[in-house]
Amino acid sequence: MNIATKSPTIAADADGDTGPRGPKPKRTLSRRNIIVYGTLLVAAIYYLLPLYVMIVTSLKGMPEIRLGNIFSPPLEITFEPWIKAWSSACTGLNCDGLSRGFWNSVRITVPSVVLSIAIASVNGYALANWRFKGSEFFFTILIVGAFIPYQVMLYPIVIILREIGLYGSLSGLVIVHSIFGMPILTLLFRNYFTSMPEELFKAARVDGAGFWGIYLRIMLPMSLPIFVVAVIIQITGIWNDFLFGVVYTRPETYPMTVQLNNIVNSVQGVKEYNVNMAATLITGLVPLIVYFVSGKLFVRGIAAGAVKG
Amino acid sequence: MRVERAINASVSVRDLSLNFGAVQVLQALNLDIAEGEFVVLLGPSGCGKSTLLNCIAGLLDITDGRIFIKGRNVTWEEPKDRGIGMVFQSYALYPQMSVEKNLSFGLRVARLPKDEIAQRIARAAEILQIEQLLQRKPAALSGGQRQRVAIGRALVRDVDVFLFDEPLSNLDAKLRSELRVEIKLLHRRLQNTMIYVTHDQIEAMTLADRIAVMRGGVIQQFDAPQAIYNRPVNRFVAGFLGSPAMNFLEGQVEKDGPYLRFAADGLSVPLSTYAFADGAPPAPGAAALGIRPEHVSLNSGDGWPFSAQAVVEVVEPMGSDTLVWLKLAGQKFSVRMSSERAPQAGDQVTIGFDPMRASLFDAAGDRL
Repeated sequence: MNIATKSPTIAADADGDTGPRGPKPKRTLSRRNIIVYGTLLVAAIYYLLPLYVMIVTSLKGMPEIRLGNIFSPPLEITFEPWIKAWSSACTGLNCDGLSRGFWNSVRITVPSVVLSIAIASVNGYALANWRFKGSEFFFTILIVGAFIPYQVMLYPIVIILREIGLYGSLSGLVIVHSIFGMPILTLLFRNYFTSMPEELFKAARVDGAGFWGIYLRIMLPMSLPIFVVAVIIQITGIWNDFLFGVVYTRPETYPMTVQLNNIVNSVQGVKEYNVNMAATLITGLVPLIVYFVSGKLFVRGIAAGAVKG
Repeated sequence: MRVERAINASVSVRDLSLNFGAVQVLQALNLDIAEGEFVVLLGPSGCGKSTLLNCIAGLLDITDGRIFIKGRNVTWEEPKDRGIGMVFQSYALYPQMSVEKNLSFGLRVARLPKDEIAQRIARAAEILQIEQLLQRKPAALSGGQRQRVAIGRALVRDVDVFLFDEPLSNLDAKLRSELRVEIKLLHRRLQNTMIYVTHDQIEAMTLADRIAVMRGGVIQQFDAPQAIYNRPVNRFVAGFLGSPAMNFLEGQVEKDGPYLRFAADGLSVPLSTYAFADGAPPAPGAAALGIRPEHVSLNSGDGWPFSAQAVVEVVEPMGSDTLVWLKLAGQKFSVRMSSERAPQAGDQVTIGFDPMRASLFDAAGDRL
């Protein structure tokens, strides 16, 4: 009886009422929005201003730089500093610019990234799905490795590389980078594979797939986001590395970062600020492009696996 | 003699033990399942029923014991070599593969010829009526369709034994009852041995040829559904099966002339017709009398070996019938009856039941 009288009342209310209806009006200039966007704007300027100065300076000629207005846009745009930085800036011994270092860095980064990710993903997969006796202990050791400062291991590795005859070569540096990427990457992959439903793995086993079969045919196709994250972490990490590059290579195999340092710090003649700025920008271009191209996938991968314990 | 029995059975588990570290999950468990039988492993969460199924499938390494499938000792064999197909609760379909690729994955891994694969998929798709879904990805399927594909994946492998690990738990109630019927039809058509894990007693009662009720890694009772329902071996089984649950009255068994009777707070139930488990009447002592709500009648006249007066406390209409709660000997007691004749709360009623249909349990919970 109660129910019978209630529903017509609601219907009448809906017809006669003057309450809100339709889309909610947007408040564009609330106090909250002003604070939020104001803070964002200040932060953006704080980070973008140095970049602006660098770009502007790299496009000026030396006479204009000497005028001292570092914030003013170039009166006359010139790409001369960029060309010089790439192909003819001097690093003390030779004067063929950053190009040599760039190709060295490519030859270091590509194999290091591929090797470290290939090994770490299999590591993570094995630790997540094929628990063996002592696998937790093994994992703990690997993670502890991530907390030991690099400096402690610098010299022992010099000796190891010398003993196996790889000291000073690019392949030596590739091995070092691959090993040092192992803890964090294994953790990343292990957590991602652990977050995948266990029943999927069981189903594949019942279907008869083995260790590699499951890895290649089931797990790999499902883990693109985490691979993108790993690639980004490794490319930026290895490309930006300076310490290992300067310790484990010879001048002719110096990576780009070491060469950049040598160009900027060489003290013969006038400091060519425009060339230095251009050289820095060129060096930073690779990680920057990687971020821009894969930003969305990166965020997705981080959300998918990296955060989960 | 033991081994001989194992060979005749479709699946045999011998003295199976499984420990996770110091925790004993399964202890010296034995189970024999006949060829073509539909066996349900039933129990509350954490009773080891899924663990047992995973052991039979070979997905868990057992601590001790042996497992036979079709008379072959498969204790150390890989899951794929055991002649089993498995269906999981979460469907476990490979998300990046189409339905067809999902079905054929195991066959492709086994490197079967292409036309053989196509033939088997066509057969499975026809049986499960998923022909029109073959090119879709799992993400584009509904829950019921996904579970059908998962069953198909076991079907195409042409296995001796089907293992179901709570296959219907992720589906809504309506779909669950539909697929329940389909699984039963599938079993009738294929005549394979099926082992089915569930915590849902309705699924167990409707599907099983025999139910194994488990608790704490131990099989409590392994029998036909009706036998378990009517003559539960202990109080746990009695309480776990049946909805609404069985009534238990706490009291004691006493001498009553040449017979025994069950007494509780002014109540006296004659046990002259009760069939004791050992055949011989037990010694008097503390006991619990269990009687299912549907075996009690309310206001249906005299003629019951036992009847008593009580006051109705709560009435729960459930549509087809009504559950009436009352106090008997100071303890909660429920009666299931047809809705038309249901009393109102506060009414004085007479209840009656036949002790033949009751279950008596001793202080330890075992059937008397």
